[in-house]
Formats: sequence, structure tokens, C-alpha cells
Amino acid sequence: MWLYEKKLEYPVRVGKKDLKMAKYILTQFGGPNGELSAAIRYLSQRYSMPTGRAKGVLTDIGTEELAHWEMIATMVYKLTKGATPEEIRRADLGSYYAIWDKGIFPSDSNGVPWISAYINTMGDPIADLHEDMAAEQKARATYENLINLTDDVDLQDGLKFLREREVVHFQRFGETLDHLQGYMDGKKFF
Amino acid sequence: MDQPGLKLLREVQELEFALIELNLYLDTHPDDEAALSTFNKLSARYAEARRAYEEQVGPLVNYGHSGPAREPWRWVEEPWPWEIEY
Ligand SMILES: [Fe+2]
Repeated sequence: MWLYEKKLEYPVRVGKKDLKMAKYILTQFGGPNGELSAAIRYLSQRYSMPTGRAKGVLTDIGTEELAHWEMIATMVYKLTKGATPEEIRRADLGSYYAIWDKGIFPSDSNGVPWISAYINTMGDPIADLHEDMAAEQKARATYENLINLTDDVDLQDGLKFLREREVVHFQRFGETLDHLQGYMDGKKFF
Repeated sequence: MDQPGLKLLREVQELEFALIELNLYLDTHPDDEAALSTFNKLSARYAEARRAYEEQVGPLVNYGHSGPAREPWRWVEEPWPWEIEY
């Protein structure tokens, strides 16, 4: 069961309308290293974890990623608010608008739809945790690219928050990997 | 959302953030008593902040988790989270 909280995890502010930036940020909504990939990855992998800790970490981080997915959509929503078709065309977003209007479609910055092939559920806890740690680093790098693409300090504030969360998740997954390795070594010898 | 509502919302967000951090930390350090005691202290303050926000603005959680509903049904009131200007 999941509960929806009618609030964002962290305030999303935007200094000005910026259609190009909305397009770039869209990749964290439905791109390979985005928040949807993260949530689906962790929430799918948890079923084959052997310990309560690993199940808990994947459940909790997967749930937090859904909150980040909502923050990303909020950024796109606010960056495109009030945009006219003419402005959309000038920002080179005409091809997106032709298909999706101002709907927020889970795709990358180039409009490529989200696919589950971005993630894996190996059923092998060690392989899955390694993927998760790599995924957090890829998401961190993507946020750094996005921060470099804008000088809007309000927008940067939200992006920096999300970048920081990837660092914390990486840390927690690393501890979970150590714990799983210990658990599996113990099983082998007893 | 008006200024008093926003201020209450920020308090809820700040406390919840600390609890998310502690929760993830406790997931991998379940025997850390100091972290657990901070978690419990903050969770009491969090409940208080949520009550104050919900009193002023409306329910944070649906399906009955925010307690008895007032008339009229407030869950569907705007703004929704992505529409709030901070
Ligand atoms: Fe993450």
C-alpha cells in the first residue's frame, strides 16, 4: 500500500519561465537516469532481497524517488507555465508540443519514451545493489549537468537538493551492500 | 496558499526531511540508540506540525489517515503541491 502526501518533499522554486531548461530537466522525469527509473528499479528489486534491512532500504529509497519524480514534474510545470505556442516553437519545443501539448510525458530530453530496459531486476542481491550504486552516481552526474545549464538560482536550489539526495542514497546502498556481503558470507560458512 | 499556511508547510517539510534522513540512516544502522532517540523526539514535533498545518490548510494524507474529515470535503481543494508558489 502507498499513501500520497499532498505536499512536495522540498519546495520547488523557479525564477523565470525557461522552456529550454524544462526540456533538459524532462530527462529526470522519464530518461535513463531519472527519478522514475530510480523508483521503479528499487521498488521492483526489493522482492528478491534476502534481509529485512535490504528490503527496507529499497522500499524507503524507492518511495523517496517518487517524491523526487514529483519535484521534477513540478519544475517542468513551473518552467513552462503560461508559455504560448509561439514561445514553445522558438524554444525548439514544437515537436514535443505537436505530440503532447503541455502534458508532462515520461520521456528524456529528446522525447524518447521511458522504457523499463533502463533498469534491471537481476534477482541477485549483489548485482542489484551494484546497479543501484551506479545509478545514484549517474543521477548525481545528470544533476550536475543540469545545474551547469542554468543560472536561475531558485531552480538550482531544487536541483542541488536532488543532487545531494543521490549522494546520500549512494552511501546507504553502499552500507547495504556491505551488510548483504556479510550476510551471504555467513550463510556460506554455517 | 497564504503566508501562515506556507510557514506551517515549511515546518512540516523541514521536520519530515530530518525524519527521512534519520529513517534511511536507521535502516542501515538499526542499533544506533542516539539516532533512534533523535528520531523519536522529532517524530513528536512532526506530529504537532502536521496537526497545525492540517488545521489551517487541509489534510496531508487521504484514505482516513488525516483523521476525521471536516465539511465540506477538503482533500480536493487547490492548490495541489505543484501549484504552490513558495
Ligand atoms: Fe536517488
